[in-house]
Amino acid sequence: MFVFLLRRLLQACIVMLIISLLSFVIQGNLGDPVRQMVGQSVTSEEVEKIRQEQGLNDSFFQQYGRYIKNALHGDFGESYFYKEPAFHVIMAKLPATIELTLAAIILTIVIAIPCGVFTAIRPKNLASHGIMFFSTIGLSTPIFITAILLLYVFSALLQWTPSFGRGETVSIMGLWESGFFSLDGLYHLILPSISLSFILAPLFIRLIRSEMLEIMESEYIKYAKAKGLSSARVYFIHALKNIMLPIITIGGIQIGNIIAYTILTETVFQWPGMGSLFIDSINRVDTPVISAYLMVVGVIFVFTNTLVDLVYGLFNPTVKLAVKDV
Amino acid sequence: MSYPVREITFSISPRRWKHIWAGFLSDKLAVLAFSIFVFYCLIAMAAPLIAPFDPYDTALIDLLNAEIAPSWISGDERFLLGTDAQGRDLLSAIVYGTRTSLSIGLLAVLMQASIGICLGLISGYFGGLLDTLLMRCADIQLSFSNILIAIVLLAAIQSIFGLAYYQDHAMIMLVFILGLAEWPIFARTVRASVLAEKQKEYVDAAYLMGISQIRIIFKHILPNTISPLFVIFTIQIANVIVAEAALSFLGLGMPISQPSLGSLISIGFDYLFSGIWWISVVPCAVLMLLILVINLLGDVLKNHLNPRHYKD
Repeated sequence: MFVFLLRRLLQACIVMLIISLLSFVIQGNLGDPVRQMVGQSVTSEEVEKIRQEQGLNDSFFQQYGRYIKNALHGDFGESYFYKEPAFHVIMAKLPATIELTLAAIILTIVIAIPCGVFTAIRPKNLASHGIMFFSTIGLSTPIFITAILLLYVFSALLQWTPSFGRGETVSIMGLWESGFFSLDGLYHLILPSISLSFILAPLFIRLIRSEMLEIMESEYIKYAKAKGLSSARVYFIHALKNIMLPIITIGGIQIGNIIAYTILTETVFQWPGMGSLFIDSINRVDTPVISAYLMVVGVIFVFTNTLVDLVYGLFNPTVKLAVKDV
Repeated sequence: MSYPVREITFSISPRRWKHIWAGFLSDKLAVLAFSIFVFYCLIAMAAPLIAPFDPYDTALIDLLNAEIAPSWISGDERFLLGTDAQGRDLLSAIVYGTRTSLSIGLLAVLMQASIGICLGLISGYFGGLLDTLLMRCADIQLSFSNILIAIVLLAAIQSIFGLAYYQDHAMIMLVFILGLAEWPIFARTVRASVLAEKQKEYVDAAYLMGISQIRIIFKHILPNTISPLFVIFTIQIANVIVAEAALSFLGLGMPISQPSLGSLISIGFDYLFSGIWWISVVPCAVLMLLILVINLLGDVLKNHLNPRHYKD
């Protein structure tokens, strides 16, 4: 177990190293910072002096080390566009993204568990075929197309839902701008979270279905049925509990996809979260924000992935065998 | 001293192909999907012949023709699917866009496959430290999604080289980045088959005959690892096309001057609320059908190539 933990942590460090190198290169490589500071009418000796003072003549590793040191203090420089520290800009947008993701995950759970269980226990039912058909469609529709079509039908044509933004938000203790506690905020949340779960739910429906089908064959389920337990209890307590682990871990591995999906959804719905901020910053060439976003997302990504792997390793003894022969 | 060596290599026997083909023909949905896919491919290949206008030719674009609705609404016979905000014929733009999207898809998957197959063969055949290292890399890379990798890399490239330079080389960059993004899927599958094949006697026999290792790997082992790759190859084309469209939609992919389906959707999205729905919705439908068809084909191939999964 200890070796497994160590190996996972090492892997996490390597990934972070790559991400930080990338964001360092992005931050450092754009134009000549001294020329931007002083303009054209300065002699080259003075430029050289400023370069020396600012540490721009140091070796790559020295500069990179300084970048990491600053990054660990949350200092990524000032955003060119917002004139604020880039890290604060990102953090101000974080709640919007987290709430969107949370709403989508809740919706996904509410849809996927009953549908997945139902298709597994009644495979021949017409409704099961319907669910599987929709999950095929959902899996092969790119998320931004779902989002655009939903937006077109419900906002542009029917005008039932708002078309952009988060609506009214409530500040919780001055730390967190939440859209969960106002009707307007929830109203704005409907379409973005539906389009996110439209691609996540099919994945989980299929996963739950195949896991359920497999576990329904096992002895203990047959025994529970033979014992005369109600079928709801057998399906939702006995069976579902045991397939939760693989589902949670595979869900955790989706984090990379979810980050990419939030970028797309936020762009379509102009949701003021980190993803749309990232795309806007790319268009504005606002390098400190780009670099800060990469680092923040990198930390979230690596943290979730490592956690998921550890949970899997802890609860599933067979994974340790797999580690040995790799 | 060299002996005349008669190497015998079989991959999938012709009879098996015949069997697969017969099974395929009996599946109506598969035939439908396949014909639609062939239709897309023909349109993509013959784009310059089919398209009524050349969307790259600015001389043909007239602002007076901008925002004309599809012909069944506006009654304008010249533009079957209407025009976009610049007065470009939408049908021609879609035909050329399909061409761009499909080419990027095919080229990027070819790149994925060649990198993945080579690394998978080497990794599986030689094993040891190299194998561990390559598979670790594959693990790490697979845990990111390909769109995320592509977004990050393209953002980096755009901010380092500048927008103008990027737009001139957009297609090469997209193929290159999407090609690099998912080699591990191929590599893992190949490696798994190589590990199984390596144990078999024909490999030992070939080795004893004095055939070089490189030749054994590529001539003897490779043909036996190919068949599961067809499914991955097909599904990856769909994945790459989706990724490309998503990137173009975000403004990180093909520029507006050389539209792919994704960039057409992106152009039209700005006009969605002014009632000009066709610029965005029509390419959306074209793209959705293409992806659905390719995924269906992948499912069919999976069923017929691995009989174990048949009738899931």
